[in-house]
Amino acid sequence: MGKPTGFLDYARELPLDRAALERIKDWNEFHLHPAEARLREQAARCMDCGTPFCHTGKILNGMTSGCPINNLIPEWNDLVYRGLWLEALERLHKTNNFPEFTGRVCPAPCEGSCNAGLVTAPVTIKEIECAIIDRGWDEGWVQPRPPAVRTDKSVAIVGSGPAGLAAAAQLNRVGHTVTVFERADRPGGLLMYGIPNMKLDKRLVQRRVDLLAAEGVRFVTHTEVGVNYDPRRLRANFDAVILCTGATRPRDLPVEGRDLRGIHFAMDYLTANTRRLLDGRANGAFIDAAGKDVVVVGGGDTGTDCCGTALRQGCRSLVQLEILPRPPLERAPDNPWPEWPKIYRVDYGQEEAAAVFGGDPRVYLTTVKKFLGDARGHVAGVRTVQVTWEKDAQGRYLPREVPGTEKERPAQLVLLAMGFLGPEPTLLDQLGLERDARSNIKAEHGRFHTNLPGVFAAGDCRRGQSLVVWAIHEGRGAARECDRYLMGDTVLP
Amino acid sequence: MTAMQPTPPPPGTGATPRLGPPPKQGLYDPWFEHDACGVGFVVNIKGRKSHEIVRQGLQVLLNLTHRGACGAEANTGDGAGILLQMPDKFLRKAARQVGIQLPPFGQYGVGMIFLPPDPLQRRNCERLFEVIAAEEGQEVLGWRTVPTDNSMLGETARASEPYMRQVFLRRSPDLADDMAFERKLYVIRKRAVTEIRNSGLQGSHYWYSASLSYKTIVYKGMLMPDQLPRYYADLVDPDLESALALVHSRFSTNTFPSWERGHPYRYVAHNGEINTLRGNINWMHARQAMFQSELFGEDIKAILPIINTNGSDSAMFDNCLELLVLAGRSLPHAIMMMIPEPWQNHESMDDAKKAFYEYHACLMEPWDGPASIAFTDGIRIGAVLDRNGLRPSRYYVTRDDLVIMASEVGVLDIPPDRVLQKGRLQPGRMFLVDTEEGRIVADEEIKRSIVTAHPYREWLNRHMIELSHLPEPTAVPEPDHRTVLQRQIAFGYTFEDLRLLMLPMARDGVEAVGSMGNDTPLAALSERPRLLYDYFKQLFAQVTNPPIDCIREEIVTASDTNLGAEGDLLNPRPEHCRRIHLKNPILTNEELAKIRQVNQVGFKPFTLPILFNPREGGVGLERAMHALYARADKAIAEGVNILILSDRGVDADNAPIPALLAISGLHHHLIRAGTRTRVSLVLESGEPREVHHFALLIGYGCSAINPYLAFETLDDLIRQGLLRDMDHKTACKNYARAAVKGVVKVCSKMGISTIQSYRGAQIFEAVGLHHRVVDKYFTWTPSRIEGVDLDVIAEEVLQRHRRAYAERSGNGAVLDPGGQYQWRQDGEFHLFNPDTIHLLHKAVRTGSYEVYQKYAEAVNDRARALCTLRSLLDFKPRTPVPLEEVEPVESIMRRFKTGAMSYGSISQEAHETLAIAMNRIGGKSNTGEGGEDPARYTWTNERGDSKNSAIKQVASGRFGVTSYYLINARELQIKMAQGAKPGEGGQLPGGKVYPWIAKVRHSTPGVGLISPPPHHDIYSIEDLAELIHDLKNANEHARISVKLVAEVGVGTVAAGVAKAHADVVLISGHDGGTGASPLTSIKHAGLPWELGLAETHQTLVLNNLRSRITVETDGQLKTGRDVIVAALLGAEEYGFATAPLVSMGCIMMRVCHLNTCPVGVATQDPRLRQNFTGKPEHVVNFMRFIAQDVREGMARLGFRTLNEMIGRTDVLEPRRAVDHWKARGIDLTDLLYQPEVPPTVGRYCQQPQDHGLEKSLDKTCLLELCRPALERGERVRATLPIRNIHRVVGTLTGSELTRRYGPEGLPEDTIRLHFQGSAGQSFGAFLPRGMTLILEGDANDYLGKGLSGGKIIVYPPAGATFVPEQNIIIGNVAFYGATSGEAYIRGMAGERFCVRNSGVHAVVEAVGDHGCEYMTGGRVVVLGPTGRNFAAGMSGGIAYVLDETGDFPRRCNLQMVGLEPLNDPEEIELVRDLIQRHAEYTRSERALKILVLWEEYRPRFVKVLPKDYRRMLQAFKRVADSGLSGDAAWMAAFEENARDLARVGGG
Repeated sequence: MGKPTGFLDYARELPLDRAALERIKDWNEFHLHPAEARLREQAARCMDCGTPFCHTGKILNGMTSGCPINNLIPEWNDLVYRGLWLEALERLHKTNNFPEFTGRVCPAPCEGSCNAGLVTAPVTIKEIECAIIDRGWDEGWVQPRPPAVRTDKSVAIVGSGPAGLAAAAQLNRVGHTVTVFERADRPGGLLMYGIPNMKLDKRLVQRRVDLLAAEGVRFVTHTEVGVNYDPRRLRANFDAVILCTGATRPRDLPVEGRDLRGIHFAMDYLTANTRRLLDGRANGAFIDAAGKDVVVVGGGDTGTDCCGTALRQGCRSLVQLEILPRPPLERAPDNPWPEWPKIYRVDYGQEEAAAVFGGDPRVYLTTVKKFLGDARGHVAGVRTVQVTWEKDAQGRYLPREVPGTEKERPAQLVLLAMGFLGPEPTLLDQLGLERDARSNIKAEHGRFHTNLPGVFAAGDCRRGQSLVVWAIHEGRGAARECDRYLMGDTVLP
Repeated sequence: MTAMQPTPPPPGTGATPRLGPPPKQGLYDPWFEHDACGVGFVVNIKGRKSHEIVRQGLQVLLNLTHRGACGAEANTGDGAGILLQMPDKFLRKAARQVGIQLPPFGQYGVGMIFLPPDPLQRRNCERLFEVIAAEEGQEVLGWRTVPTDNSMLGETARASEPYMRQVFLRRSPDLADDMAFERKLYVIRKRAVTEIRNSGLQGSHYWYSASLSYKTIVYKGMLMPDQLPRYYADLVDPDLESALALVHSRFSTNTFPSWERGHPYRYVAHNGEINTLRGNINWMHARQAMFQSELFGEDIKAILPIINTNGSDSAMFDNCLELLVLAGRSLPHAIMMMIPEPWQNHESMDDAKKAFYEYHACLMEPWDGPASIAFTDGIRIGAVLDRNGLRPSRYYVTRDDLVIMASEVGVLDIPPDRVLQKGRLQPGRMFLVDTEEGRIVADEEIKRSIVTAHPYREWLNRHMIELSHLPEPTAVPEPDHRTVLQRQIAFGYTFEDLRLLMLPMARDGVEAVGSMGNDTPLAALSERPRLLYDYFKQLFAQVTNPPIDCIREEIVTASDTNLGAEGDLLNPRPEHCRRIHLKNPILTNEELAKIRQVNQVGFKPFTLPILFNPREGGVGLERAMHALYARADKAIAEGVNILILSDRGVDADNAPIPALLAISGLHHHLIRAGTRTRVSLVLESGEPREVHHFALLIGYGCSAINPYLAFETLDDLIRQGLLRDMDHKTACKNYARAAVKGVVKVCSKMGISTIQSYRGAQIFEAVGLHHRVVDKYFTWTPSRIEGVDLDVIAEEVLQRHRRAYAERSGNGAVLDPGGQYQWRQDGEFHLFNPDTIHLLHKAVRTGSYEVYQKYAEAVNDRARALCTLRSLLDFKPRTPVPLEEVEPVESIMRRFKTGAMSYGSISQEAHETLAIAMNRIGGKSNTGEGGEDPARYTWTNERGDSKNSAIKQVASGRFGVTSYYLINARELQIKMAQGAKPGEGGQLPGGKVYPWIAKVRHSTPGVGLISPPPHHDIYSIEDLAELIHDLKNANEHARISVKLVAEVGVGTVAAGVAKAHADVVLISGHDGGTGASPLTSIKHAGLPWELGLAETHQTLVLNNLRSRITVETDGQLKTGRDVIVAALLGAEEYGFATAPLVSMGCIMMRVCHLNTCPVGVATQDPRLRQNFTGKPEHVVNFMRFIAQDVREGMARLGFRTLNEMIGRTDVLEPRRAVDHWKARGIDLTDLLYQPEVPPTVGRYCQQPQDHGLEKSLDKTCLLELCRPALERGERVRATLPIRNIHRVVGTLTGSELTRRYGPEGLPEDTIRLHFQGSAGQSFGAFLPRGMTLILEGDANDYLGKGLSGGKIIVYPPAGATFVPEQNIIIGNVAFYGATSGEAYIRGMAGERFCVRNSGVHAVVEAVGDHGCEYMTGGRVVVLGPTGRNFAAGMSGGIAYVLDETGDFPRRCNLQMVGLEPLNDPEEIELVRDLIQRHAEYTRSERALKILVLWEEYRPRFVKVLPKDYRRMLQAFKRVADSGLSGDAAWMAAFEENARDLARVGGG
């Protein structure tokens, strides 16, 4: 199958993104898609492994290794190599409801555990995935396929992020009547508002939502169960409920000056920006970085998204603080294949910042000690300090400030992107759901059943903050268990 | 010869001595007993009777002693016997002495009867016999006690010794002729054995009549050859006269007493094995219901059943032959029916003979298997070989009318001037002496008279119809693309089936290949629904008979199939060939439609649905089967003779009956009903798609198969573009061709060459089926662990059906991935999966035992989640012992070995890493089949490491097996089979024969290499004994190990191996295997080691052989727990292959066969070898962890030493509370069985084997003689007599020479030994440079095997008058695997001359069939005619054949070679020089003549040049012309050649 020597004959090659200075002038996707011939060559690099680690989806050393939804990567790589795009799409859709999302936003743990990566460079799996689904849409192969028969069962899904949408898609496919509740004005959750448009064009999200609607999924927006919709109604009107409310409680930075104006949670910032883009006008929540010195606290993906957004808004300067040390350029000995490679990467936001300001905006081993305000109660700067990581008595690594390393940086806008702590408690409390030690909804992975009969939980609200692809994994799994609960048996994978 | 039914337990008390093998117990089943032997006869052509003939017969027998065997006692033989003409003179005298007056010869019959020792019991039996005789109208004249002397017998033989009596009967006058009398005696004998044995009389189980005839008599017993005349005083009476004597010496795989299993039987003595036996029995059983015979009249009923299944396969063969002869056919005619020549693909057979065979194929299937059968009716005596000529049979004809035929030459001393002719039996040809006519009747003459007796061709023309001649069908079912996917799901298709199995078949016309064995669960342990086919494992030939090479020896295979009813076997009539003839058993839709619509007299097809109601589950399935039977019975009653079973009607309301269940169930129903032969079964099913499926269906009685959904699937693959550049027709054709080839290959693994005889032969073992299912639907199939019942089988169908026809579908509109061959998350479980691979990598790299424990837990826990049989076993709680009292890790590790992986299959880095690691821990690594770089024998570093592999393998290809290689081993392993592909050979394509690989294999870079399926020096157990003996001579300090693969009956084979004096027997599991193999073989051949090991241990203990042999096991051993289970089941040494590879970095890519292993383990590509990161420490860590794990386990179980654990199955218990939906039916009682034997019987290896080296000619004489040469390099010259009992002469001396002088040896001719006489087998084996053996006389098989630089010269004795080049002077398989040296043979060689020669220069004057087969190097000059199939599989070297008649090209296999004239001056010089030397050394007149008339002869030489070799030579020449030399030149040429190959291969 495939081309056995492809990984030797061709080098890994990704298409260049749009030029940084060019792309920050708009909100369009920054990523360019390669020509078919190049893609097929890249697909030929797939070794069609007997034990494809890319397809596993494990947690190794605390990080995801391989594809959590077990995409049949070698199979569609081979089909792409042969130019059989429709067949590739069918095999891709078998495990992944939304390849256009993962093909854009997934960090691709599959590539981290790709066997080719053990000896040369990994296959450009994510690129190929994205190309398959894009082509599918372009060719009109992705069409609504409503179920042939309907059961008399109805399911409510709370939350329309990737987990909720995946659960909805699966349950609708097997004939249940699915209603998705979304508190925002548009369905999509994190996909719609959490990820900026240049990374994931919102038209793609809407297109998928529309497709689900055409297949019979009902979307109810502006409805926050537990706030403007009584949870008791939910349980009375539906045969089963799946909670996919996400882990939306952000981690705060309770240091002096935190209550100054101009210090925002990243998600508020990003959401408002996307809403302005979609509505064509800013509303009161909109936060503008134009002409400001911006400090982003947090070196993860959300921090990067903040950077990209601030740059496009026209910030004056940009600093991204990261408390961890800079990762090595290559895998460390204690981080071998097939673990997720913890290496130094330059994401789009940093690349753009470098193009504009001449350097990586990230400052490592640094945290905020104090926010400095101006006379009007607005943030004017941050005092940072460097840290080192040391083991405590229990053997846990903890940061310790390094005396004499304090430094003040100007900032009129501070964005906190330090991750999320768990689900918001309102609905959970009203329903009386058990929680685990980390405040997530308690529901065993694989069964997804909460302490309430007929109530399931999936995605970040159960798992804690994680990847879109895990959310899809959970949504699918919860749908399967929900179907089993409703029908006594299930036909879902 | 194999096979016997369990002897019923003797009636009466336990005091009765046991006769025959013990009854079935545990995993031991007497059905699988085998034996082999030496066979021979002496006859006076003119029919002159004399006692001299008897004496000579006994002398022949004595000289065949080494082909027989003895068991645990030296003085208990396996059996010996002699068949003579009725010795009228002697018997008249003897009878008179007991008061019986015999009527004239021909008017009385004599029976040789085995009776109970107890006088009263004996008398009762005799009385009953007398009654039967009287009822049949014959008068019993009286009984004579045969004088016997049992004083020299061993205890076992004596304990079961019957009382020997002769009974005399008077012929009644109403019998018309002699044959009528003979038939009557036959009826009496058949009745007597049935009625007396079933009488319930005490001691009646002794009853056996060795013979009952008016013209022949048999003396035999459980004796050694030398005991026979001492036991039976009759035999030395000078009055005992006969014109012929047929003798036989037996080698059985067991040590159980059996007097009746000695040969000869009434008509035959047999050396070989009938592989198709089960089918033959079933078919004969089915046929006998139709028997009518004018000759027998009403008596026909009295002789049923024809086949007495209490006998061995030879006895059953004898049963059938006897019937055919007594029912009126001549003896040669009957033999031709049972062992037909390979006529289908014969290029030059005359048409009348072909027609004869074609006609008789309609009456009976061949009794197929390697066999040399000597037969006689008392007047004619003769012999035939099987169609492949796999047994040796040589004969002399003397000037004084004597013919001596035997498995070996030299069994009687005949002065050379008396010898008129020396010949050999040829495959498919008959040798016959007619003492009435007083002459040898030539094969052509006998057969001509038989084949022209009836106008067979005319009959065939009139009645037989070719499928292709049938009218085009009017309606052919159209593919239904809409529902293909749905039906695929219903029949359990996966994406993997399409991609990995079917695509390659349709694209390339061959089966797909895979690597790295199998680590998925048995079907009965799998969580997923599996097809019924998966519950069956293919059996294969090992040791007791050889597999066949169906590619290189295609001339013996055939896939022909006939449809229609069979006629009465006993009344052949022209219309019995009213059949539809198919070229192969796979039918396209059009072909099936033709058959369905056939509208001609004599054919009546009818279609029966094989569907059941999905709502009724198992009950519905059973009901549907009964309905199928009823409808079939009705149809047959109405004259239907082609039944088409069809599942075309599958839909939401109709689930398919598993096609195999339908076919086999109906087949057995019809056998029981006695109507089976009236109808052919044809299958139209969507289910079968891979080779294993087709093989099973045919193996259980199906005539032809239309896999319609497979064809539709191909259609869809074309539409989708997965199958490119191909139309539907071509795809189907390729696919069908691959399927047929695959089935032929499955047959050939068992040594069966025709699909006709494979049909119904049921050569499978069921694993995980309940006996209710097996007994009813797969009757007589071995099945030993119980398992699923019909309800589960139905449930598996229904799970698929529900998915396919679910109202709701949640899985997308595509097939599931499968995961059998490549791991998938939601596919079949694999023990090596991303988790376990990762953990093992981490453990060995970090040296962390804790991580190893996690790994072991993952493997064991998963195993407990049911993957292997051992996962069903628990340890019983026992009192632990402190860890420090348990034997240390170091001593445990000494029992560890790494698996046989050749340098070639894995990289140099990986191969050497394993060797270093195993040497560090005191374990053993294994070279695998591919030789080893001699530099490794002496390499070392500052750490004292060694790269020398302790175990050196000797496999069928014999690559790099030189004297030096052998001498450097601590253990020599004979690979009889390998787990991944038992019964198959291998092929290393030219593109992988890198220069460094070629070097150690003594071959040419870029030239492909073939390992034949069989060892060409092992076709049976006595041959294996010979090779063991040969290797022991080649290195007396090495242990000799024999590697077997688990299958049912492996225990008895292992017992035979122990009796053949192997020091170690390795039982490999089916699941191991790292090399490339067809996917079918990886998945479906062989059994888990647990079963094979337990059976082996039990059988060895039962035979009291366990204490003489070490038992080793391997096959996916991964953890300490695995090792402990292996020890408790009976193994004391343990092999690991996959896990050490993973330790060195393997990531289970399963692409070893593609040479693209990315981690540099299983590749030769220099780019990838750089990626190798394995270190000896990693492997050492792994072994230490395992040993540590074992040690901790031992402490928990309370064992201090491993030896005390061996075979302690009482410590194991089946896991309780298994609630797995399938596995709960499994019963492991037999696996844990311990035979009841006295406490003195050892349970692990405690005593060394007696190899008998001190009796060898080398030890008694040659070593001493050659001392000056060995010690000081001085010249040695001597002349010595030699006989056939002197085997493997010169080898031990040669080994000493190599030990002292290394691979270079001594200067040519330093030692020159001149022998006179007939040399025994393996003369001059592995002879090194510096030794020359001259043989004046003749030689037996395996002359110069593995020649390593020595020189062998053979010529006829002075005084010989026969024409050397027309007479056989050396036996079969000469210079097998020879690597260098010279040979000059004045005379003709037998079959397979220079097979797999890789360097010897040889001159010979004529050769038999398959000359130069698989040759990879060297030069062979043949100065005369060759047999058929010359140069098959020859990839290197050059042969020059003097073709005086111009017909050589027809006898040459041109698949791999081209023919050219000899006109290159350099080559002319070489050939001429070789002939010159030949003339000089042998005084060959023929050579002299050729040299004198050189210019006339030279143009008649044909140069046989392999295409591969030629291409490589050209590449090398081009490279050399461009100025490169040495290694660089070879590498450049190799690369250029590889590019050429890629172009040729299109990829």
